[in-house]
Amino acid sequence: MSDIATTHATKGTIGENASRPDGGPKVRGEFAFSGDLWADGMLWGRTLRSPHPAARIIAIDIAAALRIPGVHAVVTAADLPASVNYGLEWRDQPVFATDVVRYVGEPVAAVAADHPEAARQACEAIDVQYEPQVPLLDPAEAAAAPPIHPDGNVFRQLTIRTGDPSARGPIVVEGAYEVGMQDQAFMGPEAGLAIPADDGGIDLIVSTQWLHNDRLQVAECLGLAPEKVRLSLGGVGGAFGAREDVSLQIHACLLAQRTARPIKIVYSREESFLGHVHRHPARIWMRHSAEADGRLVSFEARILLDGGAYRSSSYHVVANATCFSAGPYKVENALAEGIGVRTNNPPCGAMRGFGAVQVCFAHEAQMDKLAEACGVDPVEIRLRNALATGDRLLTGQVIEGTLPVARVIREAAALPLPPSPEIADPMTRPGGAGRTADAAHVRRGIGFAVGFKNLMYAEGYMDGSAARCRLSDGLATVTCAAAEVGQGFVTLAQQIARTVLGVEDVLLAPADTSIGSAGSSSASRQTWMSGGAVEKACQAVRAALLQHVADRHGIDPAQLTITDGRVTSTDARDSIDLAVADAAPGVVFEEEVEYHHRITHPLDDDGQGDAHVSLVCAAHRAVVDVDPDLGLIRVVQVATAQDVGRALNPLQVLGQIEGGIAQGLGLATMEELTLRNGRILNPSFTDYLIPTALDMPEVLATLVEEPEPGAPFGAKGVGEPPTISSTPAIVAALRAATGKALNRVPVRPQDIALGDGE
Amino acid sequence: MPERVATLSPIRLSVNGREYQLELDHRTTLLDALRENLDLTGSKKGCDHGQCGACTVMLDGRRANACLIFAVAAQTHDITTIEGVGAAGNLHPLQQAFIDHDGLQCGYCTPGQICSAVAMLAEVEAGWPSAVTPDVAAGPVDLDESETRERMSGNLCRCGAYVNIVAAIQDVVG
Repeated sequence: MSDIATTHATKGTIGENASRPDGGPKVRGEFAFSGDLWADGMLWGRTLRSPHPAARIIAIDIAAALRIPGVHAVVTAADLPASVNYGLEWRDQPVFATDVVRYVGEPVAAVAADHPEAARQACEAIDVQYEPQVPLLDPAEAAAAPPIHPDGNVFRQLTIRTGDPSARGPIVVEGAYEVGMQDQAFMGPEAGLAIPADDGGIDLIVSTQWLHNDRLQVAECLGLAPEKVRLSLGGVGGAFGAREDVSLQIHACLLAQRTARPIKIVYSREESFLGHVHRHPARIWMRHSAEADGRLVSFEARILLDGGAYRSSSYHVVANATCFSAGPYKVENALAEGIGVRTNNPPCGAMRGFGAVQVCFAHEAQMDKLAEACGVDPVEIRLRNALATGDRLLTGQVIEGTLPVARVIREAAALPLPPSPEIADPMTRPGGAGRTADAAHVRRGIGFAVGFKNLMYAEGYMDGSAARCRLSDGLATVTCAAAEVGQGFVTLAQQIARTVLGVEDVLLAPADTSIGSAGSSSASRQTWMSGGAVEKACQAVRAALLQHVADRHGIDPAQLTITDGRVTSTDARDSIDLAVADAAPGVVFEEEVEYHHRITHPLDDDGQGDAHVSLVCAAHRAVVDVDPDLGLIRVVQVATAQDVGRALNPLQVLGQIEGGIAQGLGLATMEELTLRNGRILNPSFTDYLIPTALDMPEVLATLVEEPEPGAPFGAKGVGEPPTISSTPAIVAALRAATGKALNRVPVRPQDIALGDGE
Repeated sequence: MPERVATLSPIRLSVNGREYQLELDHRTTLLDALRENLDLTGSKKGCDHGQCGACTVMLDGRRANACLIFAVAAQTHDITTIEGVGAAGNLHPLQQAFIDHDGLQCGYCTPGQICSAVAMLAEVEAGWPSAVTPDVAAGPVDLDESETRERMSGNLCRCGAYVNIVAAIQDVVG
């Protein structure tokens, strides 16, 4: 965490490849991530977690743990002074389990000790008597099963009905698909430092996606007024959705309150896998019918999402999965039913793509089946059905903003293909050098996919972001609580301030709760929401500065403008030409604003409503080489065109696209948390594989810039689209190379080399 | 804790050209010694099991996972961490290239990537082949893109900045 980051670039406005202000500290190893924090007299916290997916707690005996030298406190649910539950959207998750545990990894107690090893020993010494129960592990049985939680087993059931769902075209394709449980697997494990304050409050420095939501949950559980809980952003080592839910925040603050000592908690890699939500595993059935030329007539879908033991963001993941289940295609008649259920599996919640990822894998497989059934090229069939501005979504909402679906399809399809495998380097064959069973058997496949989703929160959520701008003698300071998680918001905030104010030097104050909420760094929303707040704050300061100059010169401020860092008049008779830095010596301008997007509305009983602020799309074309004998694969190239509205920093946009493709490739070919009896079998980077530099394909990208009306600078969020359709494009390429159905991701070597791939 | 006192040893570490005299539990990893005892937190603990590469440092110029080495076993080596690679105003060319090519997003893996790359370039300079070197007897290694990817494959980056990391390294190779 750099306290204040400075940039002295003369350039660096919107549209340029400005450098990250935190890049210098990060390449020097000086940037303080939350796990790097330290305080005088601090103790180490550690969490005891349930080994059972379902059990009654008969008794908890902490006496032996307290006797271990160096142990300062052991806390359980009995020590919570106020609310005993927390949760991102709904408080259904116990801070510590009381009478029952509902998943393997559920917190049962926490310990503070003077050394991490003492804390570990103390956790082992806590005697919890469990009476194991039969766990509810199959999501298909959950809705009808006896409730495993007072709130029941169904997080949400959403039906979208439009037109005449019984309408049928002559061509019908049907399929069942599955998506495994993916993990965000960020590199910097959960970490935080809670420091008890003299006023009875707590200061918490933590890596999170949403400081203010964390604060509210901590305050509720500690029985403190929210203003007594002050959060600052610790350096965040990646997030991807997994830091939206509270992990160690309440535990650390409770231990700090109890011991009156600073408490540091850092999760191990294994605990990180247990301690955050995952991407919902999905079982999806779809049936499409079309005219002979491939134009869609009807669409039906049933989507089952396993939300695990607690609600997290399941309610809204169900909405996204259902609302976007048909993909970016026109269809008049539809019945889409989504359900998210509670089980004794690990809790699932937000991950990049948020519901759209799962259904895109299914609808894109269906579009390929339809193309084959109609004898139409896969690219062409998508073009024939592409949504555009003015069309209606499944929810009846008319698309008012930009949504260049046909254009991203054409642009992605037009990118050059890689050289044929015959002339390729033998060292780059599937599986790496020399591992191919028989080079003559290697087959190449090409696949295409398109995806879309919404930007920002939906269904009437009153979303906003606050920002403050201060200008003094040409130095701008921007304050905003938006969590920088690697996406580059800090770069954009500087670029926006430079653009509006015409100054070179922009300081970024630390992100903390001393200002209003910026909302979450999720849903591809910060460029729009907090970018909008920063722009609005800077514009207010700009207006105040121009008013000041106008007053001093006795002219109309409407005549003044800021161009190339100078205040000038549009009226040639005025001789005003002042550097912004010299325009108001000694005067401090400061404005704080809130920014809101347009109002959206809930969905009705038929899933109809104007629920989404804005939409974004992307297309991917993947080229793979497959060794069918060993099931080894190599993704050779991914070409993409993405709807970005306007690229505020093209280099950073490309980074998001490449990174999103890496995660989409992971889901397509290697990433899955495997469960046995509700227990994660592979909570390590040896067993949960994520792509390396060797797995990363060549990426060709075209940025499609059609500015979005109403969006600050016309820019759309860019983080999620690359993860949505890259997975189905890669799997389509694998199908093309192997002829196998491959209805489940991740596709494993045995799915290709053995069996029928169903 | 009494049982910990019984396992303490005097340990001498040479890090970034400075000598440190410490008294540590024998079981302390080099990574923990750097982070907890020397306040050199640039080396990151991404997994503590040698799987992610975020803790990569150099021992006598050769890259190593600091989480897999006990501090006692590192006493005979000159240790270089990211803090010794370059400083503000005097960045190593690789550090500058990572900035120029945006070879990072969250930055957590970056110190390990850079330490790994610095040592990797020395390996190439010394003519060490890799698993993808076409002819191990052919003399100097041509550090092309596939060689770079192979040699950097021990450093995970979840933000997926690999394209730009490879570009940054290729830029320094020239």
